[in-house]
Amino acid sequence: MATPPAVTRAAARPSRPVPTRRGTELALVLAAVLTAVFGYVEVGVNLDGKVPADAAQYGAALGVLALLAHAVVRWRARYADPLLLPIAVLLNGIGLVVIYRLDRASSGAGAASTQLLWSSLGVALFILVVLLVRDHRRLQRYAYLGALVALVLLVLPIFFPPVYGSRIWIVIGPLSFQPGEFAKVLLAVFFAAYLAVHRDALALTGRRVWRWQLPRGRVLGPVLLIWAAFVGVLVLETDLGTSLLFFGLFVVMLYVATARTGWIAIGLVLAAVGAVTVGWLSPHVHSRVTDWLDPLGSIAAGKGANQIAQSLFAFAWGGELGTGLGNGHSVLIGFAAKSDFILATIGEELGLTGLIAVFLLYALLVSRGFRTGIALRDPFGRLLAIGLAAIVGLQVFVVAGGVLGLIPLTGMTLPFVAQGGSSVVTNWIIVALLVRMSDIARRPAPLASEES
Amino acid sequence: MARNRPRPRPRGNGPQGLPGISVTGRRAGTFCLLLIAALCVQATRVQVFQSDDLDHNAANQRLTIERYSQPRGNILVGADTVTGSEPTGGRYDYKRTYTDGPMYAAATGFASQAYGNTQLEGVEDDLLSGTDSRLSGWAVWDAVARRQNPGGDVYTTLNRAAQEAAVRGLGSQKGAVAAIEPATGRILALASTPSYDPGSFAGSSSADQAAWNRLQADTDQPMLNRALRQTYPPGSTFKVVTAAAALADGVVTDIDAPTSAPYPYVLPGTTTPLVNDSSACDEPELSLDTAMVYSCNSVLGYLGVQTGLDRMVAMAENFGFNDARLDMPVRPARSNFDTKMNQSQVALSSIGQFDTAATPLVMAMVAAGVANNGTVMRPQLVDKLTRSDGTTVQLTKPAVYRQAMTPAVAGQIQQLMTDVVENGTGGNARIGGAVVGGKTGTAQHGVGNSGTPYAWFISWAGPAGSDAVPPVAVAVVIADSDATDVTGGGLAAPIARSVMRAVLGR
Repeated sequence: MATPPAVTRAAARPSRPVPTRRGTELALVLAAVLTAVFGYVEVGVNLDGKVPADAAQYGAALGVLALLAHAVVRWRARYADPLLLPIAVLLNGIGLVVIYRLDRASSGAGAASTQLLWSSLGVALFILVVLLVRDHRRLQRYAYLGALVALVLLVLPIFFPPVYGSRIWIVIGPLSFQPGEFAKVLLAVFFAAYLAVHRDALALTGRRVWRWQLPRGRVLGPVLLIWAAFVGVLVLETDLGTSLLFFGLFVVMLYVATARTGWIAIGLVLAAVGAVTVGWLSPHVHSRVTDWLDPLGSIAAGKGANQIAQSLFAFAWGGELGTGLGNGHSVLIGFAAKSDFILATIGEELGLTGLIAVFLLYALLVSRGFRTGIALRDPFGRLLAIGLAAIVGLQVFVVAGGVLGLIPLTGMTLPFVAQGGSSVVTNWIIVALLVRMSDIARRPAPLASEES
Repeated sequence: MARNRPRPRPRGNGPQGLPGISVTGRRAGTFCLLLIAALCVQATRVQVFQSDDLDHNAANQRLTIERYSQPRGNILVGADTVTGSEPTGGRYDYKRTYTDGPMYAAATGFASQAYGNTQLEGVEDDLLSGTDSRLSGWAVWDAVARRQNPGGDVYTTLNRAAQEAAVRGLGSQKGAVAAIEPATGRILALASTPSYDPGSFAGSSSADQAAWNRLQADTDQPMLNRALRQTYPPGSTFKVVTAAAALADGVVTDIDAPTSAPYPYVLPGTTTPLVNDSSACDEPELSLDTAMVYSCNSVLGYLGVQTGLDRMVAMAENFGFNDARLDMPVRPARSNFDTKMNQSQVALSSIGQFDTAATPLVMAMVAAGVANNGTVMRPQLVDKLTRSDGTTVQLTKPAVYRQAMTPAVAGQIQQLMTDVVENGTGGNARIGGAVVGGKTGTAQHGVGNSGTPYAWFISWAGPAGSDAVPPVAVAVVIADSDATDVTGGGLAAPIARSVMRAVLGR
C-alpha cells in the first residue's frame, strides 16, 4: 500500500544511486566499542592504578557483539540508517562501564557481567528481528494479539511480591524481569495498527464541542478501553513511570495520526486529573511529589538526605567536567544506584559535558527514529517508527527528569544504560525495528518492488 | 532525505486537509527533542549554578570524604609532629590523631570528621588536606584533572619547653597563657586550661559523638580557648598601657618625679573616690614609679584622665585592642577599650576596669611591645608552610604591627616594670641572672564584684647584662581560682616565671 509514492520518488531521480552508508556505520560502531573500552580502562586505572587485566576480553566481547549486529545489518538491511546501531552500541557500552564501576563500589558485585549477558541476548534478538521481520507491515496482523499478550504480561506481576513498593517484577528463581518493558513495544504496534486504519474516522467524524472535534465513541472506544486497562493495571502496580510513558505515547501517536490538537488538550487534562488523584490516594506517590517539590526538605527536617537529594549532590559534585570514572561517590545514593539512578553516576563522574553528550546521543537516536517514520510511506510504518522513537524520548525524559529533580521521580530505566535485562533486551528490539524500517524507507524503488 | 522533498504546505495531505503525518510527526519529534533540551537545561542548573550550594550542603558527605581520603598534613612544634593520621577502614579513609592532644589543643584546634575544623586545623585546612593550589606546580591542570596533592605541613612557632611549662604551671586551674618572642612576634606558648583531647572526637563513630557531647556539656568549658577566644578585664596589668600613654603624651616625663595626682582622687563628675589596695598609695603626688610598684589605682586613673580619651584609645589600639582581625592566622576575639566614654569611665578604664577587656594574647603583646623598645610586632603562630616533601610553600617573616612609643619611653616603662618585680607586687617572677619586668593585675568582676577575681601577670625577661631585646614576653590569667587569696602576684606570676625560665633555659 505504500509502494506507489516510493516508485514516483525513485523515478524522479533514476540516475542517482542511494548510498548504503554501511562503511560509515562500521567506523562508528568501532569508535563506539573503543570508547566503551577506554571507559573500562579508565575505571581500572582510577580505582586500581592499572589497566584491568580483562580489558581486552571485555573489548572483544563487546566488539564481537557489535560486529555481528553490523554484519547482519550489512547483509539484510543494507540501506538502514547508519547512526542507529552505533548509538545503541555506545549507550550499551557506557552502561556496562558505569555498572562495572558501581559494582566495584558496592557489595552486589557481578551486575556488569549479568548485564553483558543480557546485552548479548539483546543483540541476538536484534539480529533475529532484522532477519525475521523482513517487512514491518506484517506486524499489523498481530496487533490485537500483541495487545492481549501485553495485557497478560502486565497483569502477571500482580501475583508476585512487590519490589521497592512496585509490583512490576516477575521473579522465577534467580531470574527476574519487568514485563512492562516488553509490553510497551507491543502497545506501540497496536496503537500504530489501530490508528493507521481508523485515523480518518477519528479525525473527521464525531461531535463538535466548542472548537474541538470529538470522535465517535465507536471509533475511539476500543483504543481508549485498551489504554485504560493498561494504565489501570499499572496504577494498581504503582508503576507510575510506565503508566506516564504509556499515556504520553498514546497522546503523541493519537496527535500524529489525526493532527487534532484537541487530543493534546484532552490528554493533558486527563493526565492532570490522573496525576492529582493518584498523588492524593497513594502515599508512595505522595512522598515522591513532596520530595520533588523540596528535595532538600528531609535534611532540614533532620531526617538526612533522601535519594533525590543524594542524586542532586552527585550531579553537583560532577560539575562541568566530572571527577573521572571511578572517582565519584554516587554509591551514597543507596539502592537502585545502578538502575534508576545510574544517570547520577554519569553526571558525577563524566560531568555536565559527559551528561549532555549522553543526552545528545538520545536526541540523535530519537530524531533518527522520527526521520524514519516521516520517510516511510505506509501509515502503519510511519506511526510505528514515530511511536518507538517517542517511547525512547519520553522514557529518557521521565527517568532523567526524575533524577535531576525536574519532575517527580518515577521508577524507570534509562534506555540501554541502566541495569536491567528486560530493559536492555527491549531497547535492542526497538532499535532492530527502527533499523528494519529505515532500511525500507531509504531503499531504492526497484528493490522495494522486488520485496513486495 | 527529508531535504529532497518540497517543504510541506500549510494545508496538508492528512484527513480533511489537516496536516499529514509528515508534519505532525515532525512536530512530535520537535516536542521530544524539546524535552531532552529541557533535561540539558536542568542538568546545567544543577551541575553549574547550584553545584556550590549542593557541594557544601551539611548532608553531603563528599567534602569530608575528600578531605579524609588521604593522610592529613601534620602540625609541628619545633621539628616534632604533634599530629598524625591513621587509617580507619570506614567511609572516611583516615582520621586525625594527636600525639599530645590536650597539651597543644589551644594552638592546633581539632579536625573532626563529624564536627569540622578549628584553629590551625581550620585556618590551614586547605594546605593540610591538600587542596591548596600552592601545593602543586600545575594548579590549573590539577583543577581540571581533580588531582589531589598530599597534604602540606604546618610548622608552628611554639617552643615546646615554654608550652609544657605553661600547661604544667596552669595545672588544674582555669586559665590561659600566651607567650611571645618580642623581637619577632612569634608565639612561643599558647595554653588554655582545662583543655581537651581533640583526638577523642576526630572520627565519626558513636564514641566520637559521645566524647563531643560530653565536652560540650562540661560546665568547665574545656573547649573554650581562653588564650585567644575569651576576653577578661585586664585589671592593673593595663596600667602599663596607661603609663605608656602618659609618658608618650608628656603628661609624665620623669618616672621618679612627683606627679600632680591628688589623693583621694574622686572620679570626675561623681562623689566616688578611686580606692587603692595598698595603703602605700594613699598619699598625693606620688611618682609614676611608686604608683606602678604599688599598683596605685588613684594615680593611674588620674593620669589616664589627664592623658585623655583619644590618646588612651590610640595607645590601647597600638597593642591590638579594638582590632577584630588580629589574625595570627587564627583569629582571636576582639579585645576592647571603649572609644566613647566620660571622664570617670576613662579613669576606670585606665586601670583595666569598666568595659576594658583583653585576651591573654593582647596582654602578651603589651609586654612584648615594651620589651621590644616600643615596637609591637604582629603575633605569628605559623613559622612556615611546607609541601609533604619539605619544600617551603610560605615562610612567615616578622612584621611590625605598630610603633607604640619611642625607644626612650619604652626604656622608661621597662624600668617601671623591672621595679615592680624587684621592689613591688611582682616579686614572684624574679629569676636569678635575668632581668625581669612585670606587672600584676587582680581584676574584680561580677555583679558588685562578687565573682572570684581574675589574677593576671604580664612580664618579659632577658639575660642580665645583655642589650638584646628580651627573648620572651608572657601574659598569664587565672580565672575562677579556688585559692583563698587571689592576686596576680601570688597565682599568675609563678607560672609566668616558669614559662620565661623555659625560654631562657634557666
